[in-house]
Amino acid sequence: MSDGITIVKELDLRNLPCPMPVVKVSKAVKEIQVGQVLRATTTDPGALTDFPAWAKSTGNAILATEETGNETHFTIKRLK
Amino acid sequence: MDETLAAQMAQLQARVEALEGAAPENRVSLVVFSGDLDKALAAFIIATGAAAMGMETMLFFTFWGTSLLRDPAKSVGGKDAMSTMFGAMLPKGAPKATLSKMNFGGMGTAMMRTLMKSKNVASLPQLIELAKEMEVKICICDLSMSLMGFKREEMIDYPGLQYCGVATFLEQAANSKVQLFI
Repeated sequence: MSDGITIVKELDLRNLPCPMPVVKVSKAVKEIQVGQVLRATTTDPGALTDFPAWAKSTGNAILATEETGNETHFTIKRLK
Repeated sequence: MDETLAAQMAQLQARVEALEGAAPENRVSLVVFSGDLDKALAAFIIATGAAAMGMETMLFFTFWGTSLLRDPAKSVGGKDAMSTMFGAMLPKGAPKATLSKMNFGGMGTAMMRTLMKSKNVASLPQLIELAKEMEVKICICDLSMSLMGFKREEMIDYPGLQYCGVATFLEQAANSKVQLFI
């Protein structure tokens, strides 16, 4: 991954439709420390708008969003 | 001069405190009136989603929605004829809920369940389990319980399950940012 960010957790959310991606990411982010970063991979097209909405509402940050084929990788930093 | 300023400050402070007290909290309150599968799915997806967004979430079950929370494994006796009849006619719990449209005598609902499974969509009983995990609160309307002739012993085991009336819902709803009727 880019810019020397250390990913402490990889989250496989492929083939999970709404509401599971946000439900699982909300749980996973509580399992890492504030300031740490996780990477979530999803195939749910709704996640493209849902993840930023989730981050805004919970006060966490999405550092990067990369699309490869039908997969989207979100790099998420726990801020709260 | 200083005294008037101090008095004004105190007055402002009091007003800010009053406003803060009246501001809605980060809560979601949903009325689940319908006992239909499709509507219940929407309610539980919104509820679990809200919990994931860090919002305190409450589902208030009333009227037809009440039958969604019956436990299929439990049966109770000692009901009068009307209650027994009602109990037999209403779906016994979430696994028995049917679609509000295109049910076609159960065939449509069966097709929807198959479709959901193939698309990896959580079933209603799975969503209820998830709601439990996410600490979504559930309140059941007492009046509906008695109208439908349901007894508390036949409802699902759910942590913190409450039986309440309209005031409980309104108190919650008044302090919520989102209120929905499903």
